[in-house]
Amino acid sequence: MVGCRRGDPFTPPDDSCFLVLGFMSGFSSSSVAGRDIVALEGVTKRFPGIVANDSVDLSIRPGEVHVLLGENGAGKSTLIGMLSGLQQPDEGRILVDGKPTPITSPRHALALGIGTVFQHMMLVPTLTVAENLLLGEPWWQRPRTEELAARVAEITGTLGITVKLQAKVSELSLGEQQQVEILRAMLRNSRLLILDESTSMLTPKGIDELGALMRRLVEQGLAIVFITHKLKEAAAFGDRISVLKLGRKVGEIPPERFRTLGEQEIVSEIVELMFGKQKDDPEAVERPVRTARAGADPLLQVTDLAVAATDNAPGLSSISFDIRPGEILGIAGIDGNGQKQLAEALAGQRTATSGSVRLDGAAIETLSVGERRRRGLRYLTDDRLGEGTVGTFPVSINFFLKQVGAAPFWRNGVEQRAEIDKRAAQLVREYDVRTPSLKTPVARLSGGNIQKVLLARELAEGAKVVIFNKPTYGLDLANTLASRQRIRDTAARGLAVLLISTDLEELLGMCDRIAVIADGALVGTVENVDDARTKVGRLMIGLAA
Amino acid sequence: MSIDTAPTVSATALDATSGAATRRDILHRLLMTLGPILIALVIAGCILLAVGVDPLAYYGFVLEKGLFSPLGIQQTLTRMAPLLFLAAGLIVAFRAGMWNLGGDGQFLLGAVTAAASAPVFVQIMPAWLALVCSFLIAMVVAMIWSLVPALLRAYQGVNEIITTLMMTFLGTSLANVLVKLAFRDPSTTVPQTRTLPVEDRLPRLFETTITSGLLLGLAAIVIVHLVMTRTAFGLKLRIVGANPRAAVHSGLGVPGLTVAVFAISAGLAGLAGAVDIIGVQGNVRADWNPAYGLAVIPAVFLARMNGFAAIGFVFLLSVLSIGGESAARRLGVPNHFTLVLVSIVLIVLALAEYFDHRYNQSRRA
Repeated sequence: MVGCRRGDPFTPPDDSCFLVLGFMSGFSSSSVAGRDIVALEGVTKRFPGIVANDSVDLSIRPGEVHVLLGENGAGKSTLIGMLSGLQQPDEGRILVDGKPTPITSPRHALALGIGTVFQHMMLVPTLTVAENLLLGEPWWQRPRTEELAARVAEITGTLGITVKLQAKVSELSLGEQQQVEILRAMLRNSRLLILDESTSMLTPKGIDELGALMRRLVEQGLAIVFITHKLKEAAAFGDRISVLKLGRKVGEIPPERFRTLGEQEIVSEIVELMFGKQKDDPEAVERPVRTARAGADPLLQVTDLAVAATDNAPGLSSISFDIRPGEILGIAGIDGNGQKQLAEALAGQRTATSGSVRLDGAAIETLSVGERRRRGLRYLTDDRLGEGTVGTFPVSINFFLKQVGAAPFWRNGVEQRAEIDKRAAQLVREYDVRTPSLKTPVARLSGGNIQKVLLARELAEGAKVVIFNKPTYGLDLANTLASRQRIRDTAARGLAVLLISTDLEELLGMCDRIAVIADGALVGTVENVDDARTKVGRLMIGLAA
Repeated sequence: MSIDTAPTVSATALDATSGAATRRDILHRLLMTLGPILIALVIAGCILLAVGVDPLAYYGFVLEKGLFSPLGIQQTLTRMAPLLFLAAGLIVAFRAGMWNLGGDGQFLLGAVTAAASAPVFVQIMPAWLALVCSFLIAMVVAMIWSLVPALLRAYQGVNEIITTLMMTFLGTSLANVLVKLAFRDPSTTVPQTRTLPVEDRLPRLFETTITSGLLLGLAAIVIVHLVMTRTAFGLKLRIVGANPRAAVHSGLGVPGLTVAVFAISAGLAGLAGAVDIIGVQGNVRADWNPAYGLAVIPAVFLARMNGFAAIGFVFLLSVLSIGGESAARRLGVPNHFTLVLVSIVLIVLALAEYFDHRYNQSRRA
């Protein structure tokens, strides 16, 4: 997957390395010698009802990419929270340069040389890159723009990246924004760089570039903690891997062993650590032979659907497809080519300029969102917290967000709390939603559990056609597999499924047919048989299948 | 997060364990509300000292005139009637995430229409029906006045804070124009509307001077609270307020709900005007503007948009404004010192909230 792990062509010559060391005031020569910069000893962190970290030991050394691997809810975020000063351990201690040091605040963490790049971008989109980098300086001083430019040039030069200082952050791609965040950490003399789920927002190319950048950073003597739940990235980018499971550290592959193993061996060893028995790649799914009812009339018929482009979203043009009962139609394509617009136009959230949508033979293109849902069209959004749920509302209410006012949960417009709680408890059990209580605000659940709430809401009853938009995006392996099983079961029940995904493996593993979307148009549809991968791939890069 | 106990839910069992926590939570909430008020009283006292007034005497007068004298408490309770209606209107709007700051314009237009229509109606129909009709007209006029900001917000996304504030200036002026030109009482020299005879106004409660409008106000705010917390309609409004994108995704008609919120909120403000005129004042004098609408906003915030808590804070506000008026007369403090006091309370409360938040963060960290 990544050829840049060793022998990288961009590796800076040794002297430039010293240059970097020279201005990094936090560096002491002894720390390069393989001693721990930061070490965790028996760190335990509890939250009400939950042990997030259970006596975790961790040693973080200069010159190493330490991969922290674990599913959603394994305790990675809490661990990072403690390292970056957002949270304090309940038990155990954190050693910095061998001395026990409580990290009391994010500011303190920065002063100790611990820089964190969080999963969600923390830049001000309306400011330029330079302005973002200068934030946090004393307010009574003039911004030291020239000094900044010189230091940035120094750092980017050795790392082989280019950063446009005068560009607005909102104009940068996610990958470029991430480089800015890393650069910011470097400007603050970080010795330890924590990258929290940094690849989840990136394109495959962006991921490779990040991998190369990490390699160059550790070669300069930095320590990196890289958090991910993708096994292949761990194997490709790491020097040392620690696996977390349910708050405990269940295993570690030290660098000596790491070097002796091949990528496949590493992956299978991690899988062994994470899941016990399974040996082979658990994501490799066997596509079951399904009996899509070939003779049946299509449940969903879309003809010449078009949507006007807006300032920040591409439009759609002449989209046509049918889905029969029991069939899964995949939509493949690079993110941002109109997938969301397609889903929203079908669900009724976005106005179509022309074309028709027929559900079970009846035209629905002029109906409202609510009416389409009542007729059996369900849309499982990819923006789980942004639009899928109301984060501050309890889990129980979020199950019925699309049924407000409907019997038996509301009678004559009055809320029937007992009915709601009863049904919600049922759904929680049925869909295995892990929540401290029905009253817990849904935003406090992990991503996987929020997704289960959405699945329960959309699949519960009366569904005929279900649109899944990136249903496994950001989920850990267990939840990914569970979600995929739900989708398969949905189709097996005789529903029509539209599966929008940017994960080609997922589509190849699940769909009957795969359509490819590019620039808001379907450029081709492929039967998912043996050579589908090549055909879809050719379509995605703009060649005819 | 790993799950330590059974992964799923038995809601009742969990409720039992959280009982103590809830009690602590309520205690904390009380402390966080009353503490800042005390601090604010001290700060305001210092300001009084600085202008050469004995703060204890001032507060003494406020309490005596606003709370402990029989006449004072009756005035206080009477003052509550319009304030409760306004608070009810604000609760609807704020819970739905819409900042209707045009309460004063809506209030005055409601007041003027009620003042203009009631004396006419009582001559042609039974008194009770006349009052009901005046209330309805006041409500409808205020609703119509809210239509401009409502439609702009619903269909064009124009910020309602600015439009409602602008409409309140226009509304205040329009109310004045109506009093001076259209509804002026020809039999007096002062520009004012015709006066509703005392016997035709809302009945007083028992043997006191307290208006029965108080009961209407209490009913309004309790109903609003229940609608917002217990009904499907209230939940829809809260969804729009908490996450407008989720409201669209859930198929709620957000523009329609927006217009409804403004109509209800403004309608209640119009009723507040009517209840003040039909219950207490009897007429509207030109340039009359008590500015209740803006004064109530802090009370609603302090109550965190909870109807029952709002009743308490509106009572406090009434005590302050009735007591403050008389204390101001006696001690030579400007009448508006009440507003100074309320704003100090609000600032201290916001600071307390901020430090509490910081403390929680650092403790959790």
